[in-house]
Amino acid sequence: MPGAEIVLDPSNVLRLLAGLGVTVRIGLVSVALSLPLGIACGMLMTLRNPLIRAVLRAYLEFIRIMPQLVLLYLVFFGTAGAWGWDLSGEAASVVVFSLWGAAELGDLVRGALESIPRTQYDSAYVLGMGRRQAFARVILPQAVTRLLPPAVNLATRMVKTTSLCMLIGVVELIRVGQQIIDYNRFAVPTGALWIYGSIFFLYFIVCWPLSILSRRLERRWAR
Amino acid sequence: MSDATGEAPMLEVRGLTKRFGDEVVLDGLDLAVRKGEVVVVLGPSGCGKSTLLRCIAGLEGVDAGEVRLEGEPISGTRRDSALRQRLGMVFQSYDLFPTRTVLANVTLAPVVVQHRDRLEAEREAEALLRRVGLWDKRDSYPSTLSGGQRQRVAICRALAMHPDVMLLDEVTAALDPEMVHEVLDVVLELAEGGLTMVIVTHEMRFAAAIADRVVMLDGGEVVEESDDPAAFFERPETGRAREFLSMFEYKREKGKGTDHED
Ligand SMILES: Nc1ncnc2c1ncn2[C@@H]1O[C@H](COP(=O)(O)OP(=O)(O)O)[C@@H](O)[C@H]1O
Ligand SMILES: [Mg+2]
Repeated sequence: MPGAEIVLDPSNVLRLLAGLGVTVRIGLVSVALSLPLGIACGMLMTLRNPLIRAVLRAYLEFIRIMPQLVLLYLVFFGTAGAWGWDLSGEAASVVVFSLWGAAELGDLVRGALESIPRTQYDSAYVLGMGRRQAFARVILPQAVTRLLPPAVNLATRMVKTTSLCMLIGVVELIRVGQQIIDYNRFAVPTGALWIYGSIFFLYFIVCWPLSILSRRLERRWAR
Repeated sequence: MSDATGEAPMLEVRGLTKRFGDEVVLDGLDLAVRKGEVVVVLGPSGCGKSTLLRCIAGLEGVDAGEVRLEGEPISGTRRDSALRQRLGMVFQSYDLFPTRTVLANVTLAPVVVQHRDRLEAEREAEALLRRVGLWDKRDSYPSTLSGGQRQRVAICRALAMHPDVMLLDEVTAALDPEMVHEVLDVVLELAEGGLTMVIVTHEMRFAAAIADRVVMLDGGEVVEESDDPAAFFERPETGRAREFLSMFEYKREKGKGTDHED
């Protein structure tokens, strides 16, 4: 099959890897920011306070209903128009993905915490544990074991969805691929197949370990 | 309600009233348990046996009346840790900590609550687990154990805190019949050892064997109480107790069916 030279060209390889770097960077930074935010949201959502619950519920629903692309436009163009902010595409992406991750992870954390049977709290209470001790020693370890598989799944979805960032001008993996294809449109007409094939492979090597990890954890903790 | 020596009972419940919404579950209930005594609480499903134990353990607040431990009032759910440690409780559903091994389940509270030395706590856990025949399961996780094994671990977990009183709420109700014995044998041994216990159970033969006193609840009150379990089970005095005990008996009217005679 002709056209393989397009992905063997070292400069193209380097550009694709740089694009992958941007993809992974947005993904990792967003996941890292989502973790503390999501855990805090989830813990707040388990509180009885109706105001806090309503606010967080509205936040979660808003993030869920909105297509990620709309959120990206809203943060990238909206903040520029409304307040004259000059966010870079990458910064806007990190903001959107962190808000999304925090909302979804928050809901996962809430679900995991609420799924712990009340009898576990009772057992800790009669053994004399304080509320903090019960949370740290009894509730949290169980919540984390329930939480990890879906949280890893969420992280892979976040990495995959960073492909949308190119629509606000971020030159990430897919955008780099398109640029290479466009540049070689006439010289290498079959380039698209090779480039997208390579991109498939690159996403695969980032997300596959995560899916394996998630499946492992699920199996290990299916109790 | 102190006994003849004038000493306060180990555990005492006075005029205990508990409502859930409009439903009065316990209605001015009185109960006293002497040190070393084993009291078995019987009664139909939904009569408030679990609620009674939960009020004693501090898992439920009370609406009126009080709970006393060695004369000291302890009603309510806001108890300090030291007080809670004096009342051990074992639940029908075992409720072991699923992310911890058998050994860690038993040593967790002694180490983090009582700040005991880990090695010393493990040595004691070893003795307890050996006693219930589960030392070779020390590194297993609860999910890999049978119900009977889990319940024996739950008993060890409670005992490791050296409680003054143990509260057992239908500890065999969720078990397959062949596992009931292995758990109740452990409880019998505890009674032999002089542990003060309040036991809710539907195992009538076990109740007759272990009880120093039988208390029957119905309608939120004690309807019959007896220091002579054998007599209680043979000749209950109240109609309600007779009716309740008759539910555990099966009689076939022989000779009525003509085809299937023995
Ligand atoms: N947390 C609760 N909220 C509302 N009602 C309850 C609660 N716990 C128990 N009850 C009610 O109290 C009554 C006694 O329950 P319980 O003490 O569990 O009975 P038993 O253990 O004797 O079967 C039942 O009618 C039950 O529905
Ligand atoms: Mg009950």
